[in-house]
Amino acid sequence: MARHHVSATVNGDGVEFLCETGQTLLEALRDELRLTGTKEGCGTGDCGACSVMVDGRLVCSCLMLAVEAEGKSIQTIEGMAVGETLHPLQRKFIEHAALQCGICTPGILIAARSLLARNPNPTESEVRYWLAGNLCRCTGYHKIVEAVLDAAREMRGG
Amino acid sequence: MARIALASNLAPYTDGVLELELEVANVRQLFQALGERYPELRVHLEAGLAVAIDGEIYQDALLQPIAHDSEVILITKIAGG
Amino acid sequence: MSTMLKYQERELKIVGTRPLRPDGVDKVTGRARFGADYNLPGQLIGKVLRSPHAHARIKSIDTSAAQALPGVKAVVTRDDFAEMPDEYAAVGELMINFRDVTRNMMAREKVLYDGHPLAAVAAVSEAVAREALALIKVEYEVLPHVIDVVEAMQPGAPLLHENQYTAGVKPKPDRPSNVAKRLEYARGDLAAGFNEADLIVEREFNTKPVHQGYIEPQACLASCSEDGQAELWTSTQGHFIVRAQCAKVLQMDVSKIRVTPTEIGGGFGGKNNIYSEALAIALSRKSHRPVKMVMTREEVFRATGPTSGANVKVRIGCTRDGKITAAEAELNFQAGAFPGSSVNQASMCAFTRYDLANVRVVGNDVTVNRPKVAAYRAPGAPIAVFGVESVIDEMAKKLGIDPIEFRLKNAAREGTQTYYGPKLGPIGYIQTLEQARAHPHYSAPLGPNQGRGIATGFWFNIGNETTCSLNLQEDGTLTLMLGTIDVAGGSRASMAMMVAEELGIEFESVRPFVGDTSTLGFNFLTAGSRGTFASGMACVIASRQVIEKLRQRVAKIREVPLEAVAWKDGHARPAGGNVAQFAPMSLAEIAKMAGKTGGTIAGHAEINAQGAGPGFGTHIVDVEVDKQTGSVKILRYTVVQDVGKAIHPAYVEGQLQGGAVQGIGWALNEEYVYGDDGVLQNPGFLDYRVPVASDLPFIDTVIVEVPNPNHPYGVRGCGEVPIIPPLAAIANAIENAIGLRLCQLPFSPPRVLKAIDDAAAAKG
Repeated sequence: MARHHVSATVNGDGVEFLCETGQTLLEALRDELRLTGTKEGCGTGDCGACSVMVDGRLVCSCLMLAVEAEGKSIQTIEGMAVGETLHPLQRKFIEHAALQCGICTPGILIAARSLLARNPNPTESEVRYWLAGNLCRCTGYHKIVEAVLDAAREMRGG
Repeated sequence: MARIALASNLAPYTDGVLELELEVANVRQLFQALGERYPELRVHLEAGLAVAIDGEIYQDALLQPIAHDSEVILITKIAGG
Repeated sequence: MSTMLKYQERELKIVGTRPLRPDGVDKVTGRARFGADYNLPGQLIGKVLRSPHAHARIKSIDTSAAQALPGVKAVVTRDDFAEMPDEYAAVGELMINFRDVTRNMMAREKVLYDGHPLAAVAAVSEAVAREALALIKVEYEVLPHVIDVVEAMQPGAPLLHENQYTAGVKPKPDRPSNVAKRLEYARGDLAAGFNEADLIVEREFNTKPVHQGYIEPQACLASCSEDGQAELWTSTQGHFIVRAQCAKVLQMDVSKIRVTPTEIGGGFGGKNNIYSEALAIALSRKSHRPVKMVMTREEVFRATGPTSGANVKVRIGCTRDGKITAAEAELNFQAGAFPGSSVNQASMCAFTRYDLANVRVVGNDVTVNRPKVAAYRAPGAPIAVFGVESVIDEMAKKLGIDPIEFRLKNAAREGTQTYYGPKLGPIGYIQTLEQARAHPHYSAPLGPNQGRGIATGFWFNIGNETTCSLNLQEDGTLTLMLGTIDVAGGSRASMAMMVAEELGIEFESVRPFVGDTSTLGFNFLTAGSRGTFASGMACVIASRQVIEKLRQRVAKIREVPLEAVAWKDGHARPAGGNVAQFAPMSLAEIAKMAGKTGGTIAGHAEINAQGAGPGFGTHIVDVEVDKQTGSVKILRYTVVQDVGKAIHPAYVEGQLQGGAVQGIGWALNEEYVYGDDGVLQNPGFLDYRVPVASDLPFIDTVIVEVPNPNHPYGVRGCGEVPIIPPLAAIANAIENAIGLRLCQLPFSPPRVLKAIDDAAAAKG
């Protein structure tokens, strides 16, 4: 079966890869581009560990076909820090111990950043509902919510 | 002689005997003596039993000394998750 | 010689503070590598063929078409694995019947659950591997199956193992049974105790299996070379255990397998066993290429161990003043396809929070056509305690006694004789009850359809075999090689903190790593809340060894007697008094000279840590019940727990919060749903509903510290206790809210609504 050639932008860099018809964007990112920061927790769009941004929209990459990435601009966890400078969310997660095993962390960070991009001053409830699509089994979400609210505060200049 | 007690769940393997006295100097000798007396208990001894000696619990401590006036209790080992 | 280092009270500089964890940056940038993130050139993808039947005899397996498919490089079935004798063999401290291990890994005579592996292939891509699986022809003789534990215990139930006779029963039964083992703890005179009682409450409870729910599916990568050596990367809680089990089932020398633990994306007890690891090694051996095997979420649910579902009967009697006079329980636990549930530990935990003269607990370990159960955080205890703490609550209410007061009246304390053996040492149970009562949560006002419940929990905690190695590098920094896996990402930091505290240096000077199996001696797996306790003890011993060597080295370098050299604040200094004076030396200065003055300085420890201290906790929960939908909302949650010593308070809080939320999920929504055909209907996170962020409030934590006298810093493990109280606490809160005692888990909306409607119908 001939593979498809896809050109896209990932974290600001132009990339090209080959993929099969049925391969998901998640599989292409991990197996073709070797960007393993985005994780597979379920493969059915229920856990959010595979969250990425596609043309500014929060997406479960396991629910998108790799061929659909043609011409799109994709942001993954690998692009969140700028050089050595961690994003405030990344810093706050470490400071607040908002991660334990860390497997859900990339997805949650991508989702949280997209929340703060559209709502820089969310309430606790808004944070919880926005992150309802990202499962975490270790933390009980407590320190995650604290870290997101604290990062939002810092990003507002507070 | 050290006073040996067994947790009640071990009764089926010792014909109901849950208390006895034995002259043993460490856990290994204790297991050997008990295994000789109660063959059905043998498979459980090294496999699945912890030993409380004078109140302190030891698991997999075959060379742990037992004093001549110690109180020893055999209990099932603990694992976890 | 077993090791116990006594607690010393002292002024602490680092232990008890909150430094940033060393692995944090890798995890927030996606750089950290978990099981599925490893790849080797030329690797093949391995996939498993799984039984579609709950119970069937395997008449034949024909893999010829699969083997012939282009792109398929190896196929394995039961024929590729040796028969294992029916006997228990040691794997570290675990005694395991490898007859069962090999069969759970790959079925031999029968398939015993929907999802049971019976063949595996390695192919050049996932697509080809799946195609190959579809070409494997299996002839099954489908047999009747049994899922429910009570049904499985009845004579005449479909039998999983023809040679299984109930152990622990005298005389030995003459007929095989699904009850693999019966156990009984008894103390005092139960009949007399119940006679003394003014009030007796008896209840029956039923719980469903729940999965540990780790977000990372099992994943491993195996690479075998032609000389019979194997390298394995796997996501596991115990790489030495993986090595030992693989070596046994594959009949290889232990030293020929090198297991590197990857970062682990959650385990909670579910990654204590091998699943695909030996299959990957066998496929790699056959294909002469690396083989990567990653489970799908569906496979995780169908074929990896959940915890037991159970049937629990509890009967307790007390005086009208609330003093318990007698207590008994019967615990019937599903073991899954092979024997070995945690019914024994559940039996030991059921009543241990109370000082009881007359107790009896009977436990049954029952095989049923479900995946073999695995440990899940305080295995067995939440189930038994769900029953006991619910009954205790009912008794307190009937007598008009405050629930905390009732528990205080009967509380276990230092010196209390347990019914399973020893007396309890110093413990913090009463402190947790008192602090819960004093907490503002306990007296906050409640609205309509809102209720408050409390419940308590206990876990033994363990120590076991632990090793570590501490090396002083030439610039004065140290590398700490650990053998106990860091499951929650915090323990490696806590180890570094203890080393830094011992040596009097900065936390950042100590870099901790978890080594592969070739770097250290055997370490037990990370479970039983043992990580910080046992590994911590090993690190302290290694640190003190390093200090001794530093003193000796400085004595030689400075040409003074050993007694003149003291170690303080990261420096060798004159010991003071009349001893010889000399210029102090820092770690960096000594390290620089080390090579030329005798060699590198290092410390190490190989211990079997004893003296783990039990942990106790008290939880308070407020719920609101929506009587229209049956939905139960958690309004407020407080965890009070004795952890001995919080080395890093933020990580302890994380354990308390995480464990409590797993308990909340267990109580409110999680369950396995099977069809009449014995096939799992909800193997995914959509229908297996774990808690999400919007289900929960912040979880308040109160850390109580009653030091464990057998650990240099007073540590008691803390990870397991928090999952124990939530089931009963929520049941008690629901009862408080709407006056209905629910005894069937989970309290999902349909169940709660049915209970409400049934009660209304009964009234009207």
